[in-house]
Amino acid sequence: MEIFKTDKIYDFMGKRLAFLGFSSILVIASIVLLFTKGLTFGIDFAGGTIIQVKYEQVAPINQIRDTLKQTKYANSSITKFGSDEEVVIRITGSSSDLVNDIGDEMHKILASTGNFEIRRVDMVGAKVGGELREKGIMALSLSLIVILIYLSFRFEWRFALASVFALIHDITIAMGAISLFSIEVNLDILAAILTLLGYSLNDTIIVFDRIREGIQTSKANELAEMINESVSKTLSRTTLTSLTTVFVVATLYFFGGEILNGFSFTLLVGIIIGTYSSIFVAATFLVQLKFSVDDFRAKDAEKLKRQREKEKLRAMYEQGTV
Amino acid sequence: MKIFNYRLIIFILSIIFGVVLSIPSLLQTDTGKKISLGLDLQGGLHMLLGVNTHEAVTSKIKTIATSVKYFSDDEELLIDGLSINTDSVTFTVLDADEIPKMDEMLKQITGLDISKNELKYTLKLTSEDIAKTKDLSVAQAVETIRNRLDQFGLSEPTVVRQGETDIVVELPGIKTAEDEKAARELISKPANLELMAVDEERNDQVNTMTSSQAAAYGNVILEDTNNPNIKYLVKEIPILNGSQVIDAQVAFDQSNQAIINFTLNSTGARIFGEFTGKSVGKRLAVVLDGKVYSAPNIRERIGGGSGQISGGFTVAEAGNVAIALRSGALPATVTLLEKRSVGPSLGADSIKASLVALISGFLIVFIFMIIYYKRAGVIACIALVTNIFIIIAVMAMFGATLTLPGMAGIVLTIGMAVDANVIITERIRELIRDGLSIPKAIEDGYSNAMRAILDANVTTLLVAVILYAYGTGPIKGFAITISIGILASMLTAILGTHGIYEALLGKITKDKDSKKWFGVN
Repeated sequence: MEIFKTDKIYDFMGKRLAFLGFSSILVIASIVLLFTKGLTFGIDFAGGTIIQVKYEQVAPINQIRDTLKQTKYANSSITKFGSDEEVVIRITGSSSDLVNDIGDEMHKILASTGNFEIRRVDMVGAKVGGELREKGIMALSLSLIVILIYLSFRFEWRFALASVFALIHDITIAMGAISLFSIEVNLDILAAILTLLGYSLNDTIIVFDRIREGIQTSKANELAEMINESVSKTLSRTTLTSLTTVFVVATLYFFGGEILNGFSFTLLVGIIIGTYSSIFVAATFLVQLKFSVDDFRAKDAEKLKRQREKEKLRAMYEQGTV
Repeated sequence: MKIFNYRLIIFILSIIFGVVLSIPSLLQTDTGKKISLGLDLQGGLHMLLGVNTHEAVTSKIKTIATSVKYFSDDEELLIDGLSINTDSVTFTVLDADEIPKMDEMLKQITGLDISKNELKYTLKLTSEDIAKTKDLSVAQAVETIRNRLDQFGLSEPTVVRQGETDIVVELPGIKTAEDEKAARELISKPANLELMAVDEERNDQVNTMTSSQAAAYGNVILEDTNNPNIKYLVKEIPILNGSQVIDAQVAFDQSNQAIINFTLNSTGARIFGEFTGKSVGKRLAVVLDGKVYSAPNIRERIGGGSGQISGGFTVAEAGNVAIALRSGALPATVTLLEKRSVGPSLGADSIKASLVALISGFLIVFIFMIIYYKRAGVIACIALVTNIFIIIAVMAMFGATLTLPGMAGIVLTIGMAVDANVIITERIRELIRDGLSIPKAIEDGYSNAMRAILDANVTTLLVAVILYAYGTGPIKGFAITISIGILASMLTAILGTHGIYEALLGKITKDKDSKKWFGVN
């Protein structure tokens, strides 16, 4: 079975500007969203308390709201969680007291609303939230730097820069989607974004590896032509892998339970964006960065020459002629 | 034609390794190393506690004051105005001739910064000693909390230090809200026992006195534990504290009330004996965590170094106080910085949901790969199953913890691990179409694909390592399963499938329709 015609070379670079335009619109829209609507930080980063309660019958949300209004938790938010029986109560504050626990207190307050079980109490103090936020930003920037260094070392700096551009493109759009759908940003979302980083990079590297190979073997001299060739040749691999991954992430999204929902949604959006960017956008950056095939070949030839000379010298040395 | 090649042998060995070591985890056998489930999957309590380390410094200052007082009493050295300010102790030696004696004694206390203004002494801790005291207080708090939880009888409590002042406590054994409350109370109890002298001369004025007036006499006002209206005026510097307690047991008094009998070590017993001998007719306040539990009259010298705390305890309370006293006082109070508690039923639901996702993800990838790549797809699936076994086996071997994000990591690994096989098979297909012979196409296909797979995996691995270093708890679990999955996929998807092709090469080349093996028409 085959999805794409194997010998056909698609002219991606011809429509380069159209894709760049489309991506720019998405990125700008995402940035606007991030600045206007912003991200909804969950308790991991903002601090606060969430209490997950499961009732034996359909959860009486209005009654819970009324009951809480008479307490100091009046400004807490109550939302359905997964099934009709379950609710999550979000409280902005946290209590640093070990003995007087919000969970115990909630148990007493809600006693009149029916039979229930408190299934989860997560409380993050403001200090810890701040630390986690700092760590998250550190992890994200450190990942980008490490990737930049590794790829510069393995490829060439323009390849590294182009792939980091592509990554920023993917992450920005994924965060735009998180903002658009008001997904609560907690540690798991950070993990999803870092996974995307690795995943989208995977895709880009496979394409770039082909371009690198193409430079050495292709008869074409134009970068655009070579990119078309390489992207076309990797097209079925890129789509196939993305498809299998999208399938499993979709099963996580649909069957993984409410807790994994935000995580799998972020991955789902990210994988689709990541696949799009490695086919249509990543290589474009190479062209924009004025990567020159001739220079690369010249440098390669130079490297080869130096290596040969070294070997020659060594051979001479070993034969004792030097 | 040789069937066994080194790649296949390594692959078979890794299958055996994977299957054998994952059996205990999968079948939950009694023996053998198993994966432990994280708190989010099995239910339990995770807490991050912050130690208020400055309190340890204050209490060390207090201890220094106690020893100065004991020394001067013992040596009949006259001092005046012994008092404690937040970070220093001041007193005046009345007789200049006794200064060398006092200096000699103070020299024995390490980490002291002594400044003298004629006869007036000001004792402070050096900054190194403050840092050391703070550091030690966290280490001691870890030890104390661990001791208490061990004695409380919870299964596998984890208490570890995190960073400079924080402690992580994980209690997988907690199943009910009552257990949780009891554990939290036990952890937070400072259990700071102090035996203090009641200031009999001024005690009758206690109800009209302010705390600053009391401080002027070197006293503090403490409340009774059962009735806050009853107040005692006691000497600020305690005679003894809980660090001298070596044992504490629950007992019952004549009226069948639960009490706690404690035993002091030899130094404590000596100090206690001397004090009670000198203070017959006065009262001794038994103070626990700043509350007076009882203030009995001293009738005679109490030797032997034992005493009791009574104060209307329930049996359970008395038990917890006894545990806390035995395991030592917390050098400083702790506050709750983060708490995550998961009920066991939620954990079970999460396991169920992630297993469904895992199995259905598996099936979809299987069906898809086999339809698309035919037999090459089957071979890729064998590699995939082995990969999962190896992840489980390696995690079991290192006693790693499986968390919910970790489960998500395994699911994701399924999607990503087939990637290597997709790349390889695509390369082989390409070469077959270019007209290469099957053995040559396989050989070149693998070597062509190698570089891209390696670069891609190394970068993902780098990100996983960063995630591990900066993540906390469950997120670390995600980084672990992803990393093991990537490494295992190098073994199974690259080496393993190559070995299978090599072994089957004879069969493939003899097959008239050999291209069908790779789904090429």
